[in-house]
Amino acid sequence: MTDSGDNGKMSGRRRFLLVATSVAGVVAGAGVATPFLRSMMPSERAKAAGAPVEVDISKLESGMLLTAEWRGKPVWVLKRTSEMLDDLKKLNDQLADPNSERDQQPPYAQNPTRSIKPEILVVLGVCTHLGCSPVYRKDIAPADLGADWLGGFFCPCHGSKFDLAGRVYKNVPAPTNLVVPPYTYLSDNQLLVGSDSKESA
Amino acid sequence: MNKQQNSMMEWIDKRFPLTITWKAHLSEYYAPKNFNFWYYFGSLALLVLVNQLLTGIFLTMSYKPDAGMAFASVEYIMRDVDFGWLIRYMHSTGASMFFVVVYLHMFRGMMYGSYRKPRELLWLIGMAIFFVLMSLAFTGYILPWGQMSYWGAQVIVSMFGAIPLIGDTLSNWILGDFMLSDAALNRFFAYHVVTLPVLIVVLVFVHIIALHETGSNNPDGIEIKVNKDPQTGIPVDGIPFHPYYTVKDIFGVVGFLIVFCGIIFFAPEMGGYFLEDNNFIPANPLHTPDHIAPVWYFTPYYSMLRAVTVNFLGVDAKLWGVILMAAAVVIFCFLPWLDRSPVKSIRYKGPYFKIALTLFVISFFVLGWLGTKSVTPLHTLLAQIFTTIYFAFFLLMPWYSKIDKVKPEPENVTK
Repeated sequence: MTDSGDNGKMSGRRRFLLVATSVAGVVAGAGVATPFLRSMMPSERAKAAGAPVEVDISKLESGMLLTAEWRGKPVWVLKRTSEMLDDLKKLNDQLADPNSERDQQPPYAQNPTRSIKPEILVVLGVCTHLGCSPVYRKDIAPADLGADWLGGFFCPCHGSKFDLAGRVYKNVPAPTNLVVPPYTYLSDNQLLVGSDSKESA
Repeated sequence: MNKQQNSMMEWIDKRFPLTITWKAHLSEYYAPKNFNFWYYFGSLALLVLVNQLLTGIFLTMSYKPDAGMAFASVEYIMRDVDFGWLIRYMHSTGASMFFVVVYLHMFRGMMYGSYRKPRELLWLIGMAIFFVLMSLAFTGYILPWGQMSYWGAQVIVSMFGAIPLIGDTLSNWILGDFMLSDAALNRFFAYHVVTLPVLIVVLVFVHIIALHETGSNNPDGIEIKVNKDPQTGIPVDGIPFHPYYTVKDIFGVVGFLIVFCGIIFFAPEMGGYFLEDNNFIPANPLHTPDHIAPVWYFTPYYSMLRAVTVNFLGVDAKLWGVILMAAAVVIFCFLPWLDRSPVKSIRYKGPYFKIALTLFVISFFVLGWLGTKSVTPLHTLLAQIFTTIYFAFFLLMPWYSKIDKVKPEPENVTK
């Protein structure tokens, strides 16, 4: 600047004005940016769309998987056979979090089968790695998954593996077990997914 | 020029520096006279950009950015709009060809040391263009709202969710919802047709201005501005861009268009590499296709993402994968400072650099191939090995480029 005082040095007054104007400009810029950035957050309509869903499991046979939709995500309901439940115990040393210590489930599902009723598993079918939906692979020891495979879920995107309680194996990209959503039984064959109190149905 | 034209030019030149601009950037912009085949890809990238802008405008006239209508509107363009299929194939083939020419353009820079002083900033502006190009490709791929659009976007957005503390809020902010839905499709459309095209056009302009400030590098990697004719002040090894290189580039354009049209008319899907089979199925949030892979130009990075399977330093494998993938792209920005060789061009560099560059190219291709394959223990092991080589090329460069046995650079450019 040429008009900034003697020897090109800024006077104290000019420097103060420059700094004050810059600071005010930054504050104003942040203020103007706020509504635009906020407009990109989920809208009120999107927030309201998360209502719980009812799932009828009366026709679900042993070993079969049913997929329901809650908040646009797949919810799996799997009816496990007694062999499947027995196999769960054999896997503990191959799993990253066999006792479900990390907070991926409501307290009532923090047990060896990760469920309210032992045979009925309810989990979000969303891989905890990058959100793909894993594939239900109940076949024992298939060629592609190895001789140790006792059935579980395999994510085709990045190769993460989960057992039939949605517990993640060690040394796969996914860091945590599959999420158990809040759910409750409205009757023996009627599930409510998305809420654990019967009143909100 | 006759008298009337002269006075017309005078009138304009007093109001806009037309003649000066023409001279500075074309008729009196002196480029090295030894440009070879590798120097086609800059102008071809510009050509593809124009193709994308023009065909894109016509596609927006018939496309609907609505989760319920998007897939059908793309099929409508393909079946019912007159020549809609051609315009869409020009756009989709253009997207892949953009990466072909840009990767070759970058490789040219790596061979001849075009990133070295004084062209560091030029290289960085180029990298910024590359980032915008990747964003354009990603946002564009979502728009047909097919299965690959949906699950590809799901994976990419989930990466932001891997960032500690702010991850969840950030991905909700990106999606405008708690999951990938109509809100996200609508805003990715806005980025794809407004924000990013404006950004890339501005950056390309800045890239060319920066190029014309430093002057082009050449296959010998020597500065032609050092050796000027004492009378005229014109570089001895320089020739005016127009008409010499405009004509050469037109030749390149013709060759490129033959290939480009061949793909459009005979193999627009390129066996599932340019347009993936699963993207002809409408998006289904409840079912991931059994085999998902990104489009070919992202597969090297995708391989790196899934190569990390072990937690270390208390950080999840998931976050490491994302960090590694981002680092693999960003690391190109550091090339100007990683290369310590006394010479620029591969022609005068020694065996270490040549071996390193060869290994790098091989690892890029192997990682790219692995990214199209499903996960097996062998594939994961290969991905880990080649990811290591990929990074070693960059991280060991300060050493191997310094101790390499180089040949002396010539005074003048050679054939």
